[in-house]
Amino acid sequence: MSVLFEAQNLRKRYGAATVVDGVSFTIAPGECLGVIGPNGAGKTTTIRICLGLTAPDAGSVHFHPGHGAAPLAMPRDALAIKAQLGVVAQFDSLDPDFSCAENLRVFGRYFGLKGAAMDARIAPLLEFAALAPKADARPGQLSGGMRRRLSLARALVNDPRLLLLDEPTTGLDPQARHLMWERLQTLLQQGKSILLTTHFMDEAERLCSRLLVLDHGRKIAEGRPRELIAEHLEREVVEAYGNGALALAHDARLRPLAARIEVSGETVFFYTQDARALLQALAAQPQLRTLHRPANLEDLFLKLTGRQIREDG
Amino acid sequence: MPAPHTNPSLWRAPDLSLRWWPVFLRNLLVWRKLAIPSLMGNIAEPLMWLVAFGYGMGALVGELTVDGQRVPYILFLASGSICMSAMNAASFEALYSAFSRMHVQKTWDGIMNAPISLDSVLLAEMLWAAFKALFTTTAILGVMLALSISHSPKLLAALAVLVFVGIMFASIALIFNALAPGYDFFTYYFTLVLTPMMFLSGVFFPREQLPWAVRIASDWLPLTNAVELVRPMFMDQWPAHPLRHGLVLALTTVLAYWLALALTRRRFRS
Repeated sequence: MSVLFEAQNLRKRYGAATVVDGVSFTIAPGECLGVIGPNGAGKTTTIRICLGLTAPDAGSVHFHPGHGAAPLAMPRDALAIKAQLGVVAQFDSLDPDFSCAENLRVFGRYFGLKGAAMDARIAPLLEFAALAPKADARPGQLSGGMRRRLSLARALVNDPRLLLLDEPTTGLDPQARHLMWERLQTLLQQGKSILLTTHFMDEAERLCSRLLVLDHGRKIAEGRPRELIAEHLEREVVEAYGNGALALAHDARLRPLAARIEVSGETVFFYTQDARALLQALAAQPQLRTLHRPANLEDLFLKLTGRQIREDG
Repeated sequence: MPAPHTNPSLWRAPDLSLRWWPVFLRNLLVWRKLAIPSLMGNIAEPLMWLVAFGYGMGALVGELTVDGQRVPYILFLASGSICMSAMNAASFEALYSAFSRMHVQKTWDGIMNAPISLDSVLLAEMLWAAFKALFTTTAILGVMLALSISHSPKLLAALAVLVFVGIMFASIALIFNALAPGYDFFTYYFTLVLTPMMFLSGVFFPREQLPWAVRIASDWLPLTNAVELVRPMFMDQWPAHPLRHGLVLALTTVLAYWLALALTRRRFRS
């Protein structure tokens, strides 16, 4: 497998806190690598190190242009690497005083693109972002989803080989999120690589060919979404809630029917390879409400990183 | 094998590539959309001061003696206040506007995701603030010519000096921009630095009026040296000590910009 982008053993401390602690990963051409983790896990710092915006205390970041060209190293070759990157940061940095088309034109100039060559790129980019009718509108007149797509279009002005997307769909409604996913899948089909951070497990599962789970700055799991689930979790989950649900966690008849039982708030989670016997036993208590479903990435995430709230991030 | 990482010094030499130009152009394009209100603030206000004070006070003061030459008060005031206008225009732009782009709108962050370094962004901001100061002073100078306050051909040389005055005050202001937690911080700079300097630099009255010790100190103020260079040119003369004043301006500019760059790098290092 060829490698386009490579981070080795990244470390970053702020005072006494180690926010990134020995993180390594590679991204292949055409691959989407997802980075997931609770708030404060080190996702954004990792991205900032990859962009050369934060200097790591240790470790290295390399971009491999291929075709026999020598690898480029961050931060020494920061500008040469950034010429091949597209970035959508967590917070918009669109120019509020420019229209959509002007935002693209001005940003293109930062990459040395100008004149007719740049003008020819604007219409297709706005088209791709589903913003063609909004070419003359300013960002303040756009919805949140439109602004995110304009940010994506702006990140594509230089036809980058790798996109770094920091929570690209946070705060969007389901329609806007699905449109963003569809566009990102199109880009992957065109052969672009994506490094994506997200809090949405359905997003990670849908887009990412490989996942990196970070917690407390460390890599705690890495692999394909389905394989990670199979490796760490039972196949099925039964959630039970309602009157008397919490007592079920200690019910001697039910405990042997589940491989693992977790309680969170008012809900009991039974993890099992086969839920049939468990569902039959639960049917005897009609006041309960149950939900039977396959184990998913969210279960994996919560198993690996715990259920307690992280509000310090 | 990965090279060991080194944290580069904050005080290393600036990246002086031409990549500042697209950033400068971006600011110019935004300003073109907002030029009318900004014209009002930058030009109309200093002119009102000049006319009200120059003619009003001028009628009371009559003439002053500068370097042994009798000059009408309005000429004295015009030559000083144009330096002050350059100072104010550059400072406003490099503080409030640059801070908006750096901290509030995150424009700098967006630009740095493209192949443009922080050094280039800062250089663009400095030159942009100096350009706005030049625009303001040129317009004010045009009105002064129309009002026949001075017709000296040396005004062209004065304009060249004012370009460097703008560069100097933009560089100084960027130090405070790099340190600012919010807009309120700039009030300190204007109230505690620029306003006292305005009164101590011979803009409104000759520095001979100042107590001896204060006057000695005021010799080293950046605005004093700007006024000492520009005022004689308004009187169709060359400054008596061009080298000394030029050197003070140049040294202040280099040191201020270097400090501003180091502090800005520190702010973005995190």
